[in-house]
Amino acid sequence: MADNSVRFSVNGQDLEAPAGEMLIAATDRAGIYVPRFCYHPKLSVAANCRMCLVDVAGAPKPMPACALPVAEGMEVETRSDRAIAAQRATMEFLLINHPLDCPVCDQGGECELQDLAMGFGRDISRFSEGKRAVPDPDLGPLVSTDMTRCIHCTRCIRFGEEVAGVQELGATGRSEHMEITTYVERSLKHELSGNVIDVCPVGALNNKPYRFNARAWEMSAHATVAPHDCVGSSLYAHVLRGRVRRIVPRENEAVNETWISDRDRFSCEGLYVRDRLQKPLVRRQGRLIETGWEEALEAAAAGLARVTEERGGQALGALASPSATVEEGSLLRKLMSALGSANVDHRLRQRDFRGTAPAGPAPWLGTRFSDVESLDSLLLVGSDLRSEAPILAHRVRKAAMAGARVSYLDLAEREYLHPIGTGSVQHPRDWARALGQLAGRALRGRRRALWLGGLAMRHPAYAELLEAAAEAAAGAVLGHVTQGGNGAGLHLAGVIPGEANGSGAAGVNAGQMSREALAGMVLMGMEPDLDCVGGAGYAMREADFVLVLNPWASPWLLGNADVVLPIATFLETPGTLVNGQMDWQTFAAAAPPPGLSRPAWKVLRALADCLGLDGFGFADTDQVLADLKQRIERAPAAADPTPRGAAIGSLALDDEDYAGLELPMYSVDGLVRRSAPLQQVAAMRRAA
Amino acid sequence: MRRDVSDKTLLPVAARAAIRESAGRFPRGRQRSAVLDALRLAQEGNGGWLSVELMDEVAEELELPPIQVYEVATFYSMFQVRPVGRHCVSVCTNISCWLRGGEELLQHLESRLGISVGESTFDGRIFLKEEEECLAACTGAPMMMVDHSYHENVTPEEADRIIEGLG
Repeated sequence: MADNSVRFSVNGQDLEAPAGEMLIAATDRAGIYVPRFCYHPKLSVAANCRMCLVDVAGAPKPMPACALPVAEGMEVETRSDRAIAAQRATMEFLLINHPLDCPVCDQGGECELQDLAMGFGRDISRFSEGKRAVPDPDLGPLVSTDMTRCIHCTRCIRFGEEVAGVQELGATGRSEHMEITTYVERSLKHELSGNVIDVCPVGALNNKPYRFNARAWEMSAHATVAPHDCVGSSLYAHVLRGRVRRIVPRENEAVNETWISDRDRFSCEGLYVRDRLQKPLVRRQGRLIETGWEEALEAAAAGLARVTEERGGQALGALASPSATVEEGSLLRKLMSALGSANVDHRLRQRDFRGTAPAGPAPWLGTRFSDVESLDSLLLVGSDLRSEAPILAHRVRKAAMAGARVSYLDLAEREYLHPIGTGSVQHPRDWARALGQLAGRALRGRRRALWLGGLAMRHPAYAELLEAAAEAAAGAVLGHVTQGGNGAGLHLAGVIPGEANGSGAAGVNAGQMSREALAGMVLMGMEPDLDCVGGAGYAMREADFVLVLNPWASPWLLGNADVVLPIATFLETPGTLVNGQMDWQTFAAAAPPPGLSRPAWKVLRALADCLGLDGFGFADTDQVLADLKQRIERAPAAADPTPRGAAIGSLALDDEDYAGLELPMYSVDGLVRRSAPLQQVAAMRRAA
Repeated sequence: MRRDVSDKTLLPVAARAAIRESAGRFPRGRQRSAVLDALRLAQEGNGGWLSVELMDEVAEELELPPIQVYEVATFYSMFQVRPVGRHCVSVCTNISCWLRGGEELLQHLESRLGISVGESTFDGRIFLKEEEECLAACTGAPMMMVDHSYHENVTPEEADRIIEGLG
């Protein structure tokens, strides 16, 4: 240990810890349990619940371990008579006003108060006076409130102030009249506000959509990975009787710490909705008819074969959701390649593809998430980061609060919850020109980064912007806030047109397919009218044959698809997502897909079989992944992706080309769009 | 976070200036320390109580989230968050005053004014504040505080005279 460490003993066990560290952190590390409610390792010390009182030799009374800095020679007893008496007294005090409604409380079974009451509580109460009752504020569609259960630990308040960066909840009144509330009825607005559900040690703040759905001990927990942004937060899906009931964070210090965004937590509410497909659909005499898999796969294979025979493989195009797994992407690319098409893409909302070398390295953030916190300066170009990747925005906020200079070039003012170095709001047509000068002012210090966000990547003259950014970065890390949950992975899986998929032909990109659909289209996990640049929904109607693989039936898909194959969502398929810091995160299926729907990788494999194609004999997704990794190893070293000067040509753009660059947080993909509570929040945001 | 100050504000210009002056006495980023002062100024200029809108303006002036202002306003008994009468009357009923007739004094005022503690008279003149804890005038028990003045050794007759003398 370092020189500034001190030695002390707890329950006779010798421990060592850095001077100044709170005792509870040291005992936690040593595996010595001290009961607590208000202490949380990611929040400031409040020391107001008094549950962690321990017996310190020489101290006149028990001391709270969460607020007691360790000192040389300190002798602590956590289980002595005096410590236990203090802890039991605190527990009795906390239970005075706590209702005994555990049987109807969603927290029951996973409640810190319940657990500690078992360990430290009496079996009968000596309190015969009336208990207080507290009105429940309406905090919006995500968080339910039962404030009579609150024990005033203030974790939720500290979470808002310290982590979210905006205090939405507070403690009004005092003593017996103290209430945790917003005071004026208002919904929680912050994109991380659902985390108060996890920090609340009792059943006061709970998951509203999950209310009365299941008991904690009935469910099985399945580790998985969030697909809605480039963070790829670690999650647990809690499953009961084959259905995902809720999502909770899985602690992963390197990715999401202990937090997840509301989008990752509540998107699962879009799983079992009315338009979830239960069976394959095939168009017969102009109408989509429910069928079994055999008939549907034959119809799909026949349609693809017909287009290939009549118009050649290059008349086929395929688009995949940017949140599709690398296995799904890899199989889709292989399928198209085998049919003679180089036209696959996942960059659905990108508008300008000039100069983007297909064999270029995959875009990524350029920085590990944890290193973001130690940046000296960061310039965000065209990024609504709080909406694109809330957890990443939290890392940036931490950096800014620690003194990093965070600047932005954007098309609108946004609410930043941290100090800003230089903020510049300009029409996107001026971004490339403004970038050089702005970067000079914004990027200072040793560790500098310039990130291109979603607005930048959707820019109609992205090539010029990318060139300007590469120049302006001048030694700073040039990173991309990759889109979808697997922007980097699908690039690596070759779900981009042209050389990278090995066919040698140039290939048609997503932008071209959105303007002028090919004769045959394969759409996987996406809805062209909502997921592509404007007009794609109209263009793709013109295709002779539209094969759809999607979990849901949207009006567009029902109106235009010839064959619809129902597939699993990320919670129902094994797969791998590559996040913005290039972690390959493989996960298993958490729940079975509903009805006859099947994981997309199996559907693609079966489709290849029906088409009589070789090389699809994969037994599981691990084999698909291994096959892809071999391909990546064989691929030549990536070329410099940055387009240069005249090579990219120039575009004449008018105002219309700049329309619709924004992508609202709760519109990013089909699952999020179908989550009723998230859509209620989105509607409230629009109304505000 | 800070919006442009519109012309139509509830906080008088002088109060805004005083609040800024008060905030300036604390280190940068510690403007939360000025909330008490700011609320006192706001309440004085608003007939003795704080509306949500007024607290929002205080929050805006100090660049704080409104909830941090609500917390302080509801914590201290010196602040009223409901409309109350012009004159604030509180009778001490803590131990010394209780032994010397504080409770009888309070009951007398309640029946004379026709209101209970925590209520205001219909004419908006008198606010009989929730029973006050010790105001540190035990040597002159029973005592009552009217607006910010102490009255000691108060008899019911004297209390009547004091109340009558209020505007």
